[in-house]
Amino acid sequence: MIDEAFYLKVVESFSSWPEREAGDPAIREQCRMLLEREARLLDQRRFEEWLGLYAAECVYWVPATPGAGDPRREVAVAFDDRRRLEDRIFRLRTGSAWSQTPPSRTVRLVSNVEVFENLMVRSTFFVQEFRAGETRLWSGWCGYRLKNWKIEVKQVNLIDCDQALRNPSLIF
Amino acid sequence: MSRPSGSKMNTSIFSELVHEDRVHRSIYTDPAIFEREMTHVFGAVWVYLAHESQIPHNDDFVTARLGLRPLIVLRDAEGRIRALFNRCTHRGARICRQASGSARTFQCPYHGWTYFNTGRLRGVPWPEGYACDFKDAKFNLAQMPRVESYRGFVFGTLNADAPDLAAYLGGIKKPIDEWLDRHPGGKVCVREANRFKFRGNWKLAYDNAADGYHVVFSHRSLLEMENRGKAEQDKGMSFYLGKPDEGPMYVQAFAHGHHFKDKRPSVEKRAGALWELEAAHPGMEHYEELIKARLKEKAGRALDLAASETVNINVFPNLSLLGNHIQVIQPLAVDETDTTWYATAVVDEGDELGGALDAVNALRMRTQEAFPNFGEVDDAANFEEIQKGLAACEDEWVYMHRGLGIPGRVRKEADGSLRAPATDEVFMREHMKEWKRLMTSTPNLGVLR
Repeated sequence: MIDEAFYLKVVESFSSWPEREAGDPAIREQCRMLLEREARLLDQRRFEEWLGLYAAECVYWVPATPGAGDPRREVAVAFDDRRRLEDRIFRLRTGSAWSQTPPSRTVRLVSNVEVFENLMVRSTFFVQEFRAGETRLWSGWCGYRLKNWKIEVKQVNLIDCDQALRNPSLIF
Repeated sequence: MSRPSGSKMNTSIFSELVHEDRVHRSIYTDPAIFEREMTHVFGAVWVYLAHESQIPHNDDFVTARLGLRPLIVLRDAEGRIRALFNRCTHRGARICRQASGSARTFQCPYHGWTYFNTGRLRGVPWPEGYACDFKDAKFNLAQMPRVESYRGFVFGTLNADAPDLAAYLGGIKKPIDEWLDRHPGGKVCVREANRFKFRGNWKLAYDNAADGYHVVFSHRSLLEMENRGKAEQDKGMSFYLGKPDEGPMYVQAFAHGHHFKDKRPSVEKRAGALWELEAAHPGMEHYEELIKARLKEKAGRALDLAASETVNINVFPNLSLLGNHIQVIQPLAVDETDTTWYATAVVDEGDELGGALDAVNALRMRTQEAFPNFGEVDDAANFEEIQKGLAACEDEWVYMHRGLGIPGRVRKEADGSLRAPATDEVFMREHMKEWKRLMTSTPNLGVLR
């Protein structure tokens, strides 16, 4: 369950990033595999398996401001704990989530994977989306906090997070 | 000399386009009608510009729009709220390109003309190259001649003939007052926003704003989600289930196109009842426990402040108070609109909440993310589908006649407002009547320098 301490740790974890990677190629390779697996599960809409990559207590956070801010004091594009992620997936599976009926087809590139101390990981992404006759591109970078090779926190930083977003019903 | 664009339109067409029971598709699709709306609606009435909490100190500014006109809404060095046109008098460039900030002067990045935040021209580079007198007011920034606030909500109009703001708001002031007065000190502040864009006409969002008919259909997935795994569906908007018209909630239409959908009668009056309606939100158990431990039997009110208020208060043409959100409709083109759902936080200067303010706001941020994430996206998808459907040009009409002609269904209140069951479209008929009146009138528009 999310509590004050969890929030504080989330804010602290993502407040600054080291200049240099930790530099262990084996760990980096394992991170790359995890992120690419996550991308494939999302592209294939295998949401339940995707959630399986996350820790029992986890957060999926899409800030609404560059620099992210403090989620206790401002709203985010999304700030989901595990239960709300289950809600999100449940809704997408109802067949009446009209923003995803028919669902978006997506293909995503995950790149520039950098691995720091304490399994803090950064990556950049493009999500190419096709829906309702149009293709469009989402882009940004992600910060991850991993624990025991599960995702504890994923922070999705859309480059246009503080702008009007058209149908942001995807999981990024 | 100054001719509002679209003024040459033959206004007799509007009686063909807007009927009591239906409107013509072209009011949502015709670029010429859209262009006329930017003057005859968005220039002529009091349009919501910003919330005072976005510019708390002198010299603070936010950029905004009045229809398509770029604005800088600010508190000048003396504390007066102004809405300057964000347009250099010289060559027309936007002088301010930041969304918000603090500045006593604005310098145009193109040729360096500089203005005080009162709008007055401060100076131009190498003035000896000009034969004119720069003290002439024609060189100052244009600004809205009338800017007024109602309890923190800043509105402006270009229309010298418009009534004052309080008169314009009329009967919708009471729901606004009640919305504010449930908070300590009778006020809120803005804390960032969920921002949306859809490919559709701006009126589709305003038509939807008091629509109690779409809820169980457009938001079926949200209702199912909020009540997943429960034997009884009693969370979130569950009071719409069954036959919503037989419940105590209602819709009320006021003069000037404002309306109010009041769902509060469907919620028990006791403190804490609103909070109990909330479905699951991140952190809710922790903060609820914390608030209850701190406030004991007084926890109900604090928790209710974290819960979504069950009202839709719509001020024509662009402002809605939905739940705890300040939602702003921004037209961009005949078929492109932004809706910004500003989150609000509780301000508790008198410590009425006994130190529970931060916990209440931490919850309130999460409750406010739910509808944008799981509700608005589906409405916006439906708005886009309407815009696509309206391409069928031989199929001319869009209906709004639910409740029309059924004896006793729409009731006239003592204040002249019309009250009807929650799924009635009387509110649409009323704002379309006002829209037609505005589109056929001749507003007295001008700017101040």
